[in-house]
This record gives sequence, structure tokens and C-alpha cells, in this order.
Amino acid sequence: MLPELGHFALILALLLAALQAVFGIAGPMLGRERWIRAVSPALAGQAVMVATAVLCLANAFIGNDFSVAYVAQNSNSALPLFYRVAALWGAHEGSLLLWILLLSLWSVAVAIRSGSLPPKFAARVLGVLGLVSFGFLLFTLATSNPFMRLDPPAPDGRDLNPILQDPGLAVHPPILYTGYVGFAVAFAFACAAMLEGRLDQAWARWTRPWTTSAWAFLTCGIALGSFWAYYELGWGGFWFWDPVENASFMPWLVGTALVHSLAVTDKRGLFKSWTLLLAILAFSLSMLGTFLVRSGVLVSVHSFAADPSRGMFILVFLIIMIGGALSLYAWRAPLLKSDAGFELGARESFLLFNNVLLVTAAATVFAGTLAPLISDALHLGTVSVGPPYFNPTFMLSMLPLAALLSVGIHSGWKRGRLKDKERMLLFTFVAAAVLACGLVFGIYRHGQVLSPVAATVGIWILIASLVDPLDRWRRGLTLSRGVLGMTIAHMGLGIAVVALTTVQSFTLERDLAVSPGEVAQVGAYELRFQGVKPVEGPNFDGVGGTFVVTRAGKPVATLTPQKRQFWVQHQVTSETAITVNHGNNLLLALGDDLGGGRWSVRVQVRPLVSLVWLAALIMAIGGGLAASDRRYRNVRVTAGAAANAVPGKA
Amino acid sequence: MTVRSARRRWLPLWLLLMSAGCWALDTTVLPDPVLQARYLGLTHELRCMQCQNESIADSPVDLAADLRAQVREQLLAGKSDDEVRAWMAARYGDFILFRPRYSWRNAWLWGAPAALLLLGALVSWRIVSRRTRLLAQDQEALDEDLRA
Amino acid sequence: MNRFLVPLGVFVALAVVLGIGIRHSPDKGIIASPLIGKAAPQFSLPALAQPERTVSTQDLKGRWYLLNVWGTWCGECRAEHDMLLKVHAAAIVPLIGLDWKDDDAQAQAWLAQLGNPYESVAVDRSGRAAIDWGVYGAPETFLVNPQGIVVYKHVGALDENTWTREILPRVQGTPGKS
Repeated sequence: MLPELGHFALILALLLAALQAVFGIAGPMLGRERWIRAVSPALAGQAVMVATAVLCLANAFIGNDFSVAYVAQNSNSALPLFYRVAALWGAHEGSLLLWILLLSLWSVAVAIRSGSLPPKFAARVLGVLGLVSFGFLLFTLATSNPFMRLDPPAPDGRDLNPILQDPGLAVHPPILYTGYVGFAVAFAFACAAMLEGRLDQAWARWTRPWTTSAWAFLTCGIALGSFWAYYELGWGGFWFWDPVENASFMPWLVGTALVHSLAVTDKRGLFKSWTLLLAILAFSLSMLGTFLVRSGVLVSVHSFAADPSRGMFILVFLIIMIGGALSLYAWRAPLLKSDAGFELGARESFLLFNNVLLVTAAATVFAGTLAPLISDALHLGTVSVGPPYFNPTFMLSMLPLAALLSVGIHSGWKRGRLKDKERMLLFTFVAAAVLACGLVFGIYRHGQVLSPVAATVGIWILIASLVDPLDRWRRGLTLSRGVLGMTIAHMGLGIAVVALTTVQSFTLERDLAVSPGEVAQVGAYELRFQGVKPVEGPNFDGVGGTFVVTRAGKPVATLTPQKRQFWVQHQVTSETAITVNHGNNLLLALGDDLGGGRWSVRVQVRPLVSLVWLAALIMAIGGGLAASDRRYRNVRVTAGAAANAVPGKA
Repeated sequence: MTVRSARRRWLPLWLLLMSAGCWALDTTVLPDPVLQARYLGLTHELRCMQCQNESIADSPVDLAADLRAQVREQLLAGKSDDEVRAWMAARYGDFILFRPRYSWRNAWLWGAPAALLLLGALVSWRIVSRRTRLLAQDQEALDEDLRA
Repeated sequence: MNRFLVPLGVFVALAVVLGIGIRHSPDKGIIASPLIGKAAPQFSLPALAQPERTVSTQDLKGRWYLLNVWGTWCGECRAEHDMLLKVHAAAIVPLIGLDWKDDDAQAQAWLAQLGNPYESVAVDRSGRAAIDWGVYGAPETFLVNPQGIVVYKHVGALDENTWTREILPRVQGTPGKS
């Protein structure tokens, strides 16, 4: 009965989303006061209905209701409760429901904080959000209904994919989607501005906290996914340029550009059409990502079960939403001209380069990800693209960006005034170079040409970011959250550059065959193999190997990598054993039984890799801090400001 | 989110190996460090055709082990990296290569990053020159006012 | 005005590419074999029941045959077995089995229990021959013509549709359709 209630709730949500969209967009257009006031109630109703549907589905999972097809496909009575709940978003239909839930939550948040926005504008924003909700709800009900029943009900479920039976599943999708979906808010703000025919600095100030917080969530989500893949898949890789990984990375790159472009529009009223375009682009890439994952057009280890009819639906939805937004853009953007000027060395310039490089990087990833499709469509044959393409081409844009960052943060608005900072910049650069060479040649003692260069760039960011804040602190001045957040986020990036450099350059990887009692030497570590023994878990059994790890004779850890076979799906997974020592990650993955007690094992020593995710976390914290700056909380529209918001002029 | 079951429909091969492990792979390190480095490089660049988004270096399945053995053998026999890649592609198609071939067909792909950067540079140059010009004009206007 | 239309233009082009991609997508996951139109890779392997005998592609030249890659560990192979028996009964094209990375005793028991659709079975214990044929997952079936050229490859369990639409027309000389 509850699944039917859930289904019904979704239908109601669809209707309410439609009302939200119509009232929100047509209301201001036609000047209907009543409609404008009805938008928030419609949204509230939609959110409640969506939440109800989610609760009904959760109940079906918790209660092992295998008459619901989705539950039967993704759960099992032997599955621990924790995973039964998380399995809700473990496959296509449920994850869509999660998408819709998060979209309604973001919309509600916007509605609650819309008191400082002009009513017509707020209505338009919520209306656009309603349109997006409507599209996804329609898609769900038409092609991916999670409440379909099985008749007769299955005796037991097919179990959740063993790779997903991990705490990562509980956090990665929700946080990732929160970020992904959050860009819809910036998109809605952009569309509202275009519908209104007006975009000013106040608009930028309204949009910034929403965009930055969505960005922070997306940063966390991507980092979590990477971390999860790292210890779950067992081969030490944390980023594979898989199409679905790229699908979340492209919005991140464009989102970063958007965050920075909004800053320029806010501070100087410049780059308005660029900001608009980036806002449309960021969410468009989110939607495109949704398409890629679920349509089966690309081969990916992440993809949900492919279905061309679903693909067609999303494509039509994409054409309407993105095509519509870009048409609005073509119509309205020409009006957004400004005559303000700035120097070559001004902060605006650096932010321009920043955005160009980020968009170039996103476009490069885009080209590589869609290359199989493009090549096929242009009859150029099949092509397959992987890390050997993405790694060098990505660095081509990103290394210059990282290098420019240290200079850019010291440039002034309008007039760079970099002459005054020359000595400081030179000094910090030299210091960074010395430290970098110490790291590369002193500690690790080898590396490629690029290693000291990249390390220098990374360390320079760290040092250069600290100069101004330390100076202000020394002088007893306060630091606004915005500036503090920015500093922290940039330092996070610096750490990421350094960590990625060390991982790429100095990782040790060995495949070994060992007999019980044998000691193998990998890098600075000795590994004594003590044999395997059977292991058993709640829904799997397998074998575990025992390795005693020492470094120069001193004990480090005892690692037990396992190979598990899951009962229901007969899938074999390898559980990597990981330990951290002196900043190195040591990974052990059990290979094959070579007979006679001998086993193959893969050993990896990865220096400083943990810093990569720490860096991402730091970036996200910086973003969150910046989003909570006081100036975003006190934006009230005064009569004067509204009068100044003449179309086009700053 | 991962649905690998569609690709791993086959019963676990390791069970099989445990029961008749005599032909299992010996994965000891290659004698020459240069060869070992090439081996790692190549195996990371070849796609595991069964788990199609992992390289044969990383994939735990049997086919990956067999292909790794092939790479080892060929390297020991003195084949070049390109020859190994060509050997694999002749059997499995270009899909097995993670590095797109350097060919006229793929020129657009390999040329895209540089072309995009160039485009970006042109756009930036246009914008910056316009804005510096505007600033100079503003400054001139201001100076004129002051002189007036 | 023109340059603001560029994003929309790019998007339209993208939508076209994606649309084409969807139409072609049922074939995704099934990689086109580079062997089509080329000479069948040679092998000479011991036969399943009689290891002194060899099954070799050289001997098979001069007639059509289907090479079916299978193993007792493979669930889908079990599923297609009935279809293979039908093909055997039709006696139009002989089935040559390639027992891939399998156990001889188990394979023989399997055939004894389920019926043997194969004219002969080659045992590929090391997997070398399978790699030469570009096999990446059982079951796979290759159609080879009398000149020794691979003309068609089917990945996955062989079904009625493929037999009647793809294999028979090619063998019987009627223009193949895809």
C-alpha cells in the first residue's frame, strides 16, 4: 500500500511542480499578483510530496518489501540495515528520486531566503526551478518509476552490487548530488535575470552564496567518490577520467569559473554576459552528466543500466532546458554592455585568464569524454580515450592557471599595482622553488622534468596566499569570511598541486609472487607474507592474506588484504589493505592463487596521496566559509538600488 | 551507482583457479628495470576488455592476467611499445587502447586542447585590449576635465 | 548579436551528435571485431576427448564453420547450449568448439550431460588462441567462410534471431543484411 502512496505522491509532486513553474514564470510576465504569491506554497507542497515518496521507498527497503521491483533488484534480506537504506540510491530509479529530493530541498532553501529578493524575481527563480523539477519528475514517472510492483513478489532480492556495499555509498551520492543539483539555483537565477531583462551587481551578490555553496558540496562529492574508488577498487588509482567521473568534473571546472566570474560582476559590474553563460553552462553540464550516465551512449564502469528510450527522453529535456536558456541568452546578452576599463595587470585580467583556462580545461575533458560519440557521428571510426590523453591535456591548461594564481591574488581591481608587489612575489617564488627542489631531489631523489616545476607552482600558491592574511593579522585587522574563505580554498588548491605532483612522479608499483614466510622488499618497506586463511562476512566469504610490514626493521602494520565472493551475485571483489606511514600510503591487494601456497600480490607505495583528498576538503571548507560571508546575508533591495538597475549599465 | 553485474555475468574465475591453479600466472618482476617500466606503462595504457573501464594493469580478471602475460612475453622478445600496441589492436580493435592513435582521423582530438587554448588567448587578447583602451579613454576624459 | 548565438549553435551540434549516439547505442558494449573481413587466426590445439588428435584451422579450410568459444564456468554458455544443439541438428554449418580456460574433465561431463553440438572441440587451456581471436568474454561465436575469412562475430548467447538473420543468409549466399 505504501508504494502506491509513494507513487501517488510523485504524481502530486509533478502537478505541483507544474503549478510552481507556471505561476513562477507566467505570473510575473502577466502581472498576476495571486500567481506570484502561489509559487512558494506550490513549492512547499511539491517538496512535501517528494519527501513522502522518498520515505515510502525507504520504508520498502527497510521492510524488505520485495514486491517492489526496484527493491528486489537492489536489496536482499541478508543485506545489513545500513546498506538497505543506502541502496535506495544505488541504482537508476532511486538515484533519480534522490536528485529530485535534493532539487526540492535547494528550492525550498531559496524560497526561505528569498525575503530579500524582489517578489517578481524570486517567483521567476522558483518558477525555473519548478520547470526543472517538473522535467525530472516527468522523466521518473514515465520511464523510471521506482514503485513498480512485481507480481508475484520476488522471494528475495538480487542484492546490492557488492562494490556498493561500503560506507562510501551512504555519503558519496547524496553529497555529490547536492553539489550537482545546486548549480540549478545559479541556472535559475540566470534565467530569471534573462526573463526580467536585467542583470546588475545586486543580482551577482544574490547568486554568489548559492553558487559557492553548491560548488563546495560538489568538491566534497567528487573527492569522496575518488577516495571511495581508491580504497574500494584496490588498484591505487583515485581518478581514472572515466566518463561518469568527467561528468561531475566538468560542472566543477565551469562552476569554479562561475564563482570567480560572479566575483567580478559583483565587484565591478563586468563580465555580465560571461557570468550568465557560465551559469547556464554549469548546470547544463550537470544535466548532460545525468544524460551520459543513464542513456548508454558511453561505456563506463559507473553507468546505470543503459536504455536508449530513457536517453531520448533526457535528450529532449536537455534540448528544451538548455536550448531554451541559450536562446534567452542570445536574445538578452547583447544588452549587457559595460564601459568600465581595466589594466592588463589588474585582477579582472587575471580572473579572465582564470576563467578562460578553466573553460578550456572543461572543453578538453568534454572533447575527450565525448570523442567516441563525435568520432562515430562524423564517421571517423572508433576511438577510445583514457588517461594518456586526459592527463597531459588537462595539465596544459591547469599548470599555467596554478602559476598565475599566486600573482593574481595580489593584483588590485582596475589597476593591478603589481609593481609594488614585485619584490614580494619574487621572494616567495624563490622560496617556493627552493622548497620544491628540496622535496623533489632531497626527499624523493628522482623525478621527471615537470616535477620540480609543478611542485614549485603548488608551494608558491601556499606561500603567496598567506602573505596578505598574515600581514593583516600582524596589523591587527580582521579578515572577512569571504577573504578568509578564498585564502583557504586557494591553499587547498596549492596542496592539491603538490600532492598530485608527488603521487604522479614518485609512486612505486610492484607485482610480486610470495610464498608463506617469504619477505619482499618494496621501496623502504619489508613485507613478510604469512599465508592466507578463509574469511566470512554477513553476505560473503573468501580468503584473507596476512602481511607483516616493517620499515628498516621497525614494525609498521599487519595488513590483511582479502578476496571476497558474494553469495547472491557471485561477484568477486578484492579488498585492498591500506596503511599510512610517514605520509606514504602503502596498499596491498591480493592477486591470484599460484598453487602450492604461493600467491601473487600487488604492492603500491603512494606518497602523499592522502593530501589530495585533504586538499579537496580544505577547498570545500574555504568555499563554505566564503559563502557564509556577512555581506550576502544583508542584501536588501532599496529603492535607490532598484532605480540604478537600468538594463546594461553597471 | 556502479552496475558491474552486467559485465561480470560469468562465475568467478578465481574459484576455478583455486581448483586447478597450475596454469596461473607468475607475476614476478621483469628482470630489467627499463623493461619493467615499459611493462607498467603499457599495461596501464591497455583497456581490460572485460571490465572495460579498467586497464589490464588494474583489473583482477583472468583475461587481464592473460593479456599482461602477453605484454611481458613480447617485451622479453624485444618488441617495441608500438608493436605491442599494434598487436593488441589487431585483435581487439582500437578500443583496447587508452591512448588514441596519432592519426589524421584523431587529429581533431589531439589538436583540440591547443586549438582551444589559442582561441582562449585570442578572446582574452580582444577583451583585455578593449578594456585597457576604455580605461585609457576614461583617464583621458578625467585629465581633460581636470585641465579644463 | 552573432557571437551570442554561438553557444546555441554549438549546443545544437552537440544535440545532433548525442541523438546519433543514442540511435547507435544498442551496439555499445559490443565491440566491433577488427577480424571481420580478415583471415581467421590460426591455431592447432588438442581435441577435447582425444588429446592426441589436433583441431586446427588449417584443416577446416574449404568449408563454412562456426567457432563457438565457451567454458563450463560460463553461465551464458549454459543458456545458449540449447540453441547450439538446434544449430547442430540443422546440419547446415558445423560447430567447432573452443573450450576456453576450462577443466577437461568438467568439459567432457558437461557435454555428456547436456549433449554435444560440436563437430570437434579444441582445448585452449592457456587462453592464447582466444586472445588471437579477440575474445573478451564467453560465449562468442565466429562465422568463417571456406576461404578462411571471418565474416561475422556474435558476442553473447547465440539466439534464433542472429541465426536466421545474420548467419544463415551469409552461409547460403543471400546478401547479408545487418
